Amino acid sequence: MSLATTVLRSKTLAALTSPHGVDRYLELVNPMWAAHEVRARIVEKTVEVDVEGHPRVATLTLQPTSTWRGHRAGQHVQVGVDIDGEGGGRRTTRVFTISSLDSRPGDRFTLTMRANPDAPEGRGVSRYLVEEAQPGTVVHLSQAQGDFVLPDSVPEHIVLISGGSGITPVMSMLRSLQNRTHRGRVTFIHYAQSPEHQIYAGELRDVARTGYGVDLHLLHPELGDPNLSPAWLERLVPGYRDVPTWACGPAPLIEGVRDAYGDSENLHVEYFKPPRTTGGDAGGEVTFARSGRTAPNTGASLLEQAEALGLTPEYGCRMGICFSCVSRKTDGVTRDVVSGDTSTLPDEEIRICVNAPEGDCTVDL
Amino acid sequence: MSTDIPTLTPEQLDTFGEEMDAIRRRILDDLGEKDADYIRSVVKAQRGFETVGRALFYLPPAWPLAVASLSVSKILDNMEIGHNVMHGQYDWMGDPGLNSRMYEWDNVCPSEQWKNSHNYIHHTFTNILGKDRDIGYGILRMDEDQPWHPYYLGNPVYALLLMTFFEWGVALHDLEVENIVAGKRKIEENKALHAGIMRKVKRQALKDYVLFPALTGPLFVPTLVGNATANLVRNIWAFNIIFCGHFPTGVATFSQEECEDESRGHWYYRQLLGSANITGGSLFHLLTGNLSHQIEHHLFPDLPARRYPEIAVEVREICERYGLPYNTGPLGKQLFSVASKICRMALPDRKKKDAPEATSTDDAVTTDRETVAA
Repeated sequence: MSLATTVLRSKTLAALTSPHGVDRYLELVNPMWAAHEVRARIVEKTVEVDVEGHPRVATLTLQPTSTWRGHRAGQHVQVGVDIDGEGGGRRTTRVFTISSLDSRPGDRFTLTMRANPDAPEGRGVSRYLVEEAQPGTVVHLSQAQGDFVLPDSVPEHIVLISGGSGITPVMSMLRSLQNRTHRGRVTFIHYAQSPEHQIYAGELRDVARTGYGVDLHLLHPELGDPNLSPAWLERLVPGYRDVPTWACGPAPLIEGVRDAYGDSENLHVEYFKPPRTTGGDAGGEVTFARSGRTAPNTGASLLEQAEALGLTPEYGCRMGICFSCVSRKTDGVTRDVVSGDTSTLPDEEIRICVNAPEGDCTVDL
Repeated sequence: MSTDIPTLTPEQLDTFGEEMDAIRRRILDDLGEKDADYIRSVVKAQRGFETVGRALFYLPPAWPLAVASLSVSKILDNMEIGHNVMHGQYDWMGDPGLNSRMYEWDNVCPSEQWKNSHNYIHHTFTNILGKDRDIGYGILRMDEDQPWHPYYLGNPVYALLLMTFFEWGVALHDLEVENIVAGKRKIEENKALHAGIMRKVKRQALKDYVLFPALTGPLFVPTLVGNATANLVRNIWAFNIIFCGHFPTGVATFSQEECEDESRGHWYYRQLLGSANITGGSLFHLLTGNLSHQIEHHLFPDLPARRYPEIAVEVREICERYGLPYNTGPLGKQLFSVASKICRMALPDRKKKDAPEATSTDDAVTTDRETVAA
């Protein structure tokens, strides 16, 4: 740790800057100075896929603050951006997988993302980053998270399966293995819509030609390539259930992989949940994640439904003014019963006393 | 209700409430970059005043400037930033540095306790006697319906003491000492609160009375006195602005019975009648944290305070149509009104003296109050 970092994180400086903390002052001088928080500057943007009529895919290279603790291949990071324009002034946060090889503290890393066409106006993080953000833009980060990672000692033979933009974590793994000069075998299976939709096409071609021990399969089922099936996997990798496998992609692909591997302990998966829309009525199930309680949605406010299940969330006015009951909705559609507005945003802070779920909903309570 | 104010029919209350909801709706839909830029620029100014204030203590001749700068910093921090951020006015921005759940202010009262006693108790039960503990803060007699006791002869003295030590008064507010004295609250219930207050007090004292003075070396004492003065200036300013918000003559209080199962319209009605504004320029409004628009703040506590001046125009117009009073006036007038009330309440009520002796039972008191109200 450098002297500057030691000073910035010292108890004395924390006491002097109490109650706001060192970072609340540093950020006003230079957003890239931080003692605890993590931010990054976009230093480069490369378009990976640009097919007419389809959302673009781009790779961003980020220079994080010195507070970045590094990441292991396969991990993801929360990215918060302040999007300008109508309804601006709001920071919206989404999770993206890191696509570059393992990084050390303070190292640059890359994110690869598809511009999500369904995101609400002014809140589309991926769309903003791919289409609008320019090099120089500062974004807010978390530390790297997630346990979809390779073990420290990588087995002799591994299988990596991905679909669409689910390629990012396994690409990070493949790059790390190449960099570590892994001497074993890697079977790399990827599903894309068409060759034009292939992310990292050039790099994968090089890997196929010169990469040591990499068995590459780029498949396009819509153009007649075989779909994933146990029989097909068995032919490609005999006894595949005993081979450590990492799979990431859209829900249907992951379901298919799960079915193929049964209860094998060698399978590690990561989902990208597709956004879900529901009609304007109650129905569905409400889940209170922390207490593990689930019940049919009655249409009442989340606070009332939580209390009906015997939970005792914090609350105050019960009319939306005091903010005592703010909780995190991790998933689902909720309607503000005062304003009548609905929100589909995941990981949103809501006042549970004036928000009722529409359809399935999960709250961190 | 304590004063002669036009009552509205339930139907009128409903349409009154709908008009208020419409204002709220419109502002919420319009929130955006302007509001975000505004609060960020206030934060920047506050940090600037703070840094300059702390630095000027190294220049002994600049001591008054240092104190002034630090006082402005503390006033901005507590009022336009702290109070408003803790109301959740900027939660929509998604910025952890401006989030009601995470913000901590430069004040000995822990934000966690403030949010309970202020956002919840005071803003929900505004001016309901026996429920809103901000009526006299459990120390003062601020309303005719608070029964007089010889203790209240000291009303003006208690008010001066509360003004001087306002941040401490606010910090100890949640301990409900008056309820402990009255036997309504057990001292053990305060244990957890004690710990929270002590933690915050230590941090605030360490910074203002040990570390920053020590950093100025031989100027330890002037810096310490300067920091204490800045805290005092903030205390006096905040006390006066806040007392002008609820205690000038004409502001109504309500009984618990009046507010049982109240409608949303009645809640708005009560917030309007229970608050008073102070007129002034935009710099004045900023330094009061826009609590000079106490009426609008009570109607819409979670809307960014910078919007209150524009809302005020509409609220006044609506009040005129419904024949409801809109209590406002210059700082001097409102302060004088509050000060005379503090002194008047020190003495027993004249009406009560003239009333027949039969006021000893609770029933009789209730009847008496209803007569006064009618």
